[in-house]
Parts: sequence; structure tokens; C-alpha cells
Amino acid sequence: MSETHETSSQPVTGTARVKRGMAEMLKGGVIMDVVTAEQAKIAEDAGAVAVMALERVPADIRAQGGVSRMSDPDMIDSIIEAVSIPVMAKARIGHFVEAQVIQSLGVDYIDESEVLTPADYANHIDKWNFTVPFVCGATNLGEALRRITEGAAMIRSKGEAGTGDVSNAVTHMRTILGELRRLGSLCEDELYVAAKELQAPYDLVKEVAGTGKLPVVLFTAGGIATPADAAMMMQLGADGVFVGSGIFKSGNPAQRAAAIVKATTFFDDADVVADVSRGLGEAMVGINVDELPQAHRLSERGW
Amino acid sequence: MSTSTGAGARPTIGVLALQGDVREHVASLRSLDVDVLTVRRPEELVRCQGLVLPGGESTTIHKLARAFGLFDPLRAAIGSGLPVFGTCAGMILLADRVEDATTDQETFGGLDVTVRRNAFGRQVDSFEEELHVAGVEGRVRAVFIRAPWVEEAGAGVETLARVEAGPASGRIVAVRQGSLMATSFHPEVGGDSRVHRLFLDLVRRA
Repeated sequence: MSETHETSSQPVTGTARVKRGMAEMLKGGVIMDVVTAEQAKIAEDAGAVAVMALERVPADIRAQGGVSRMSDPDMIDSIIEAVSIPVMAKARIGHFVEAQVIQSLGVDYIDESEVLTPADYANHIDKWNFTVPFVCGATNLGEALRRITEGAAMIRSKGEAGTGDVSNAVTHMRTILGELRRLGSLCEDELYVAAKELQAPYDLVKEVAGTGKLPVVLFTAGGIATPADAAMMMQLGADGVFVGSGIFKSGNPAQRAAAIVKATTFFDDADVVADVSRGLGEAMVGINVDELPQAHRLSERGW
Repeated sequence: MSTSTGAGARPTIGVLALQGDVREHVASLRSLDVDVLTVRRPEELVRCQGLVLPGGESTTIHKLARAFGLFDPLRAAIGSGLPVFGTCAGMILLADRVEDATTDQETFGGLDVTVRRNAFGRQVDSFEEELHVAGVEGRVRAVFIRAPWVEEAGAGVETLARVEAGPASGRIVAVRQGSLMATSFHPEVGGDSRVHRLFLDLVRRA
């Protein structure tokens, strides 16, 4: 990829290695959606590796409708002030000025997110132009590779945000990893057509066919509501977990947050997952993705 | 099974695997002549002749170590001389004193240093730079990600590297004391195992 290897000894910011490296440090961790400084503090105390600052969690965006945009800078500032862990914030797909604003606030990672209303139905943000790194959603390998080509330094499988239904997260993670495995089984001369079918640049397709994995960290998102959900996604091959509405729309957010953190670390130990799942109270009220009209499915935004 | 059976045996090096860039450290160590073990439980810790504390979130790693009964055994192991190498969050966890810690944050300790968390700034200030590290030939491409620095080091602490250019020039970013070693940066990111080799010298001497 376009990783640069300067030979000067001057410090260089915003390199691909620094951006992708930041995501490497989040691995095995849980990133939690928060809408207030108090929630951010609860998330940090529960062991979150980062918080995602946003105005409304996806479940409320879904319930209230309307155009959903970048959060108020005051609200983002208050969250940055409240915690010492990294703070992420969402920009609308294609809204490069929201991204410029978020970068100027000192946010550590930008999520160019389908959970907000897209600002551009043709183009995503040119993420190479920024010093701050970006995470983007993907439902399949081609989409992930297109986002990486645009400069995303981290990918999350989209799932279906704000539902508490993990099924789409599973589908998207299995699709991305399955397509990677399939790519690894192709002959070199079949990779040209594979690149055409994936609608991704040949060089990147060839690279991931060789390594068998994305060149960036792959988290999961969209519908994770329980410790068992998080552990399942980790067993399926996620590097870490985003939890949106699942925590602060539940009965006991602090306890559920800590439980999901523990289940993410000990994802392969059913005794631990059982133990942390006890007495958590009400999970968020779920919506079956199947019952959502096509037009209300957030994962179909972005392409 | 790898047990230490005296001179010449391959040492088993653990990587604390509660959270963070465990995979990169495992890969760096695998390229050297050691057995590598990921450590999440006390019974895994006792099998190690050396331990790496990876990059990650120090607050998260601390909480998980507490919750799963690893905190006190690890602190005791460091006290009784287990060689430990910490990078970034791992440096914070090895420091006796931390500036800008969260209110309930404890460290395993052992290194007589004061470390400042997120000392260089936020992620937009994260950077890479080529540095000289004492004991490593040539320069090391050092990757700093929301990194800490050593604000103060006790008399028994050896400085291995300092930032050489830019606004933070002169700051201490790699130290060694007894069987403990720590870097603010991530030698594990980018496939360079020379700094890990320096740590293995400590393990072999212990």
C-alpha cells in the first residue's frame, strides 16, 4: 500500500503507520457510544479502550428519524475533557468539512459513518488528506478495500446499528472473512477478475490475497448487545468490538459495559462469558432486522 | 511443553494478552529464538521466563488484570526479578509513578520513573521518527502513538533513547533498570525485532 518510509529523522505525523498503528492498540478492546460526559466516564471506568462521542445513539436516531449530523463541538469537547482514553466522533459519509471540524477539535479517530445521514451519495471522504485516522464501515470485502483505498486506517463490519440484533454483524463479518479466504485460494491470473468483481484496485487485491488479511484492523459493530454477542464476534475473527446503543439503552449500563469488556478479552472461555452474563438486568429492547423496511436499514448506506 | 531446564534452553517469553497489540509482539518474538506464550491467567504467568507488556489502553489492561487475579501475582513476579519489557501502555504499567493517570489507576511498578500519559498530545500529534537506541546498531524507526514519556528517572535507571528532533526533542523515551525495560514507542509495529533482542539479553542474564 501507500505506506511511506521516510529516511529523515524529523518527526512525521499522520503517516499510514501511525494511523493504522493507533487501531492496532485498540485490539481486543471495546469502543462504546456515549452521548454525555457522564456516560463517557462510566465507559472509561468499565474498561472501554475508547469512546465514540455522538448526539444520539443509533436506537434513538432510528426512533426519532430526521437528518442525523455531526455532534455539537461543545459536546465533543466535554467528552474529551472528561476522559483520558481516546475519543472518536462520527462524520457523515462524504462530509469532508464535518471531518475537518472534528479533526480541529482534537478527536483521535473519525468514524465516517452510515449511522448518520449521508452527505454525498457518490463519494466518500478522501481520508488521505487528514492527519487524524478514519474508521469506516463495510458489509463485504470489496467495500472494505474501497474504503482502505480512500485512506481508512481501520474497518468495522457494519451490522445493523441501533437494533440489538447481532445477525447482520455476523453476516458482514462472515462475508468479509469468507471473501478473504476465497481470495487466498485463487491463482495469480484469477486475481485480475477478482479485482474487477470486488470493484477494488488490483494491487490491494493482490496484497490481501497474499497476506490473507486486511492491511488494517477489523472491528465489528451494529447490534452487539450482550457479552455473548461480543464473544461470538471475537470468535468469528473480529479484532475488537464497537457497542452502540447496547450499553446505555440497557438496564444497568456500568455493569453491562464491564461485562462486555471482560467477555471480549476472554471470548474463548465460556466459563468467563457465563460468569459475566449473570444478573445484568434488561438488555436493550431489540428490533429484528428482518422487520425493518429496506429503506430504514443503515447498513445499505455507503457503497 | 517448554520448561526452563538450564543453560541453552529456549526461554518462554509471555505477552500479556488482556488487550492491545499482542499480535505484533508475538510476531516480533517469534522471529527470535524463543517460545512465545500469551498470558491472561496467573497459571500462564508462572511458565514465563520473561514477559512483554504490549501497547494498548493502560486503564483497560489495569482493570482486566485486577478483575482476573493477575495484578498481584504480576507485581510480585516483577518484585522477585522477572524480566519485563513494556511498550507504550506497558511503560506506564511498569512505572512507579504516573502523571495524568485516572483516579483509580494503579501500576505494576518496578521502574523508578515518573511517566506522563499521552505526553506528546492527542492522536493528531502521534508521529514516527528515527532514533538511536543504546545497544542497537543503526537507527530504529520509532512509532509513537498517543505515547507517554519519562518525565523523571531515578538514579538507578539507564536512559536508552531520547527524542532527537522536533518539539519534544530531548525527552526520555526508552529506559532500562535491572531486569526491566520500557519504551514509549512501538518497536513491535513494523517488524523490527532488534529492541526485542535487547530485552532477550536481559532475560538470558536473569
